[in-house]
Amino acid sequence: MSERVGGIVASFAGRLGAFTIDVAFEIPRRGITALFGPSGCGKTTILRCIAGLQRLEGRLQVDGEVWQDSARGIFLPPHKRPIGYVFQEASLFPHLSVRENLLYGARRSGTRSDGGRGFDDVVELLRLDALLERSPGTLSGGQRSRVAIGRALLSRPRLLLMDEPLTGLDLRAKEEILPYLAMLHREFSIPIVYVSHEIAEVAQLADHMLVVSDGKLVASGPTAATLERLDLGSVVDRFEAGVVLTCRVVEQLSAFRATRLDHRGQNLVVPEIQVPIGTEVRLRVRAREVSIATRGRKASASAMLWRAPFPKSSRSRTRLTQRCWSMSVGRSCARGSRVSPCTISG
Amino acid sequence: MVESIWSPVRLTLELAFVTTLLLLVVGTPIAWWLSRSRAPWKEAVASVVALPLVLPPTVLGFYLLILLGPNGPGGWIAGGFGLPSLAFTFPGLVIGSMVYSLPFMVQPLRNAFDAVGERPLEVAATLRASPWDAFWSVAVPLARPGFLSGIILTFAHTVGEFGVVLMIGGNIPGETKVLSVALFDYVETLQWREAHIIAGGMVVFSFAVILAMSLIERRMSRARG
Repeated sequence: MSERVGGIVASFAGRLGAFTIDVAFEIPRRGITALFGPSGCGKTTILRCIAGLQRLEGRLQVDGEVWQDSARGIFLPPHKRPIGYVFQEASLFPHLSVRENLLYGARRSGTRSDGGRGFDDVVELLRLDALLERSPGTLSGGQRSRVAIGRALLSRPRLLLMDEPLTGLDLRAKEEILPYLAMLHREFSIPIVYVSHEIAEVAQLADHMLVVSDGKLVASGPTAATLERLDLGSVVDRFEAGVVLTCRVVEQLSAFRATRLDHRGQNLVVPEIQVPIGTEVRLRVRAREVSIATRGRKASASAMLWRAPFPKSSRSRTRLTQRCWSMSVGRSCARGSRVSPCTISG
Repeated sequence: MVESIWSPVRLTLELAFVTTLLLLVVGTPIAWWLSRSRAPWKEAVASVVALPLVLPPTVLGFYLLILLGPNGPGGWIAGGFGLPSLAFTFPGLVIGSMVYSLPFMVQPLRNAFDAVGERPLEVAATLRASPWDAFWSVAVPLARPGFLSGIILTFAHTVGEFGVVLMIGGNIPGETKVLSVALFDYVETLQWREAHIIAGGMVVFSFAVILAMSLIERRMSRARG
């Protein structure tokens, strides 16, 4: 298994004070992998071990290269690992301008000979051009995060590690950063390991997830499959179990301030999401938000959808296991946000 | 008369300048080690570095005299240059001043390195900066206030030292007769005018140093905020 070429194969074990970590996991070569768990469960420590900032006993192999093997006395120091690391606080260098911050890693990781993204591309992608000459002290939280992400990208990483880059940001700043994060793995084919304790963030961004609790790995797998599990009660609130539906935007019902989504032929109407038609969005439906209507289709005339006073609530339906379920959704619903149910009576 | 005051002034500035420069070179690695090391005996080293703060300068001078004298290691080194001893010479005075002013360089630097913290250096490491590179490109610029206070304090303290100089330097005009010793001389010989010039000059100098320090500190904290 450890001879696989792609991806990360890792195992770490050790004590940090009274806290014990003992994990072994694999991370696929592609996409975003979430390292998920409650605060203080050791997920940041695991990320720091991958970066080499923390040294525990263990083994780490990335794309076939051994970065750490305690048994053989191998430990690649952090500055020799081709990673990008986005810290929880943006941690920009206060004595350097935004431009110099961005160039700090770029200058030290060789020139553009490898065909990686250039300075201008990253600046444009993250919309940093207006900030370049400013000092980090004058930036807002969201701007700082963007600079930190750009700085990490410009160091030409083969692996991007992000430690809760959205924590400490207010809702607006989060909304500002999220699209960039979602875009990163499309634009750059870099695998991302993303630490988070926010299930909504994970549902929205991650393709794959590792669930960590108390220094141990309790589950791993594709995000949708892992979030459906009801047996992770110790880590995830039992009521948080649910499905993640990958839908496509098919129509903007602007008269109703609503958006029609398609999920494998099923129609779902949700409050307006301002994205172009054809965009893929993820809809998370928690199990507790679904009510089963036992009378089948009688109860779910599509007319109900429009009869309800919009935009107070909207009703939409789809079929799950031959039965109907309905739900009403609140007014402001962004991609990945939770959708609340409404029982159909009669 | 003017010449007799000017010589100790020049000598004092020379001594302070050389001492500060050398202490910067010696004190920076010590301060860095004290700030980063997890060795259990680290605080013992820190205490040794701080000793000159509490020891009477004459105690320090006495030991230095023995170390630098003809029978100490200093004398042995001096022998290599064809000198009988390092005591009562300008190089001996520089060594004595370095020991005496060591805490004034190391303490501000250590505090500044402590304030920089671990994070900026970790960030630098993830951006491919080697520890040496990160030290120069991140730790030193961020610790700039510490360097400034260390330099100013060391310089000022060396200018004002007396006991150590008297013990190991004596009173050789143009070689070891610095301002504080010269002042003592003038008072002994009842040359009040010259004594006034030196004493008054020192008061103004010290005031300027302290004022500069607090102004720098204020500007730094504003720049950071």
